[in-house]
Amino acid sequence: MQVLFLILAAVALISGVLVVIQVNPVRSALYLILNFFTVAGIYLLAHAEFIAAIQVIVYAGAIMVLFLFVIMLLNLRQPEEGGEKQHLAQKISGAALAGVTALLVIYTCTRINLGPAKEMVPGFGSTEAVARSLFTDYLLPFEVTSVLLLVALIGAVILARARLD
Amino acid sequence: MLISYLPILVYLIISIGLAVLIVALSEALGKKTHTAVKDLPYECGMVPISDARHRYAVKFYVITMFFLVFDIEAIFLYPWGVIFKPLGLFGLIEMGVFILILMVGLAYVWGKGALEWE
Repeated sequence: MQVLFLILAAVALISGVLVVIQVNPVRSALYLILNFFTVAGIYLLAHAEFIAAIQVIVYAGAIMVLFLFVIMLLNLRQPEEGGEKQHLAQKISGAALAGVTALLVIYTCTRINLGPAKEMVPGFGSTEAVARSLFTDYLLPFEVTSVLLLVALIGAVILARARLD
Repeated sequence: MLISYLPILVYLIISIGLAVLIVALSEALGKKTHTAVKDLPYECGMVPISDARHRYAVKFYVITMFFLVFDIEAIFLYPWGVIFKPLGLFGLIEMGVFILILMVGLAYVWGKGALEWE
């Protein structure tokens, strides 16, 4: 189990770095799909079965299609040679930010005391368990989600309105 | 419980292995000859007039956005269906409100004519 996690985590990290350093945005998107699948595998190892399925259906399915359409919409061509220098400041500041975040995470991890894990409830992470808490304890967030989706629908129409006419 | 996902892992390993094997074998065994005619994009058919990187119409984005929203709506129906009976009428009203709010969105989108392709 531990070996499986380490493999998945390694692939997730490597593909995540590859997403960022790709010049061609379509290749970035393809590495992002790999990243989504490995994260789904990690969810599965954490017994979050329903979340793993959603990760594949929504992220690797629907959201990736959206990303690819947006890339095609923006018509990003291969950048010409010599455009590297412009991005130097971006690269340095990005690396610095990532470094600071990593240090903060490491610092926080050393500060907390990890006690022994609690005994897992039977059926934890199954669709039924998720459904039970979603439709009873988290009723309001669930209903608010529909408003959020409504906003997304209206926003998409308004954004594209000028072009649709 | 996790053992029930073992077939997916086996399937994944087989498909990745097969893809690597096919590419590696054709690279190792295939004969490589390059001639001017062979390196053309198509051996027969139309000569390409430009590259495929055209700007896409914005309506593709709108349709994908609708797909995403209603995909998420469908995702919420799975857990609801699993515990439909124990929830009873309460669950029915709950999901009714959820779907009603999204139906307002559908009516808006339909009324604005965003579902028309042309």
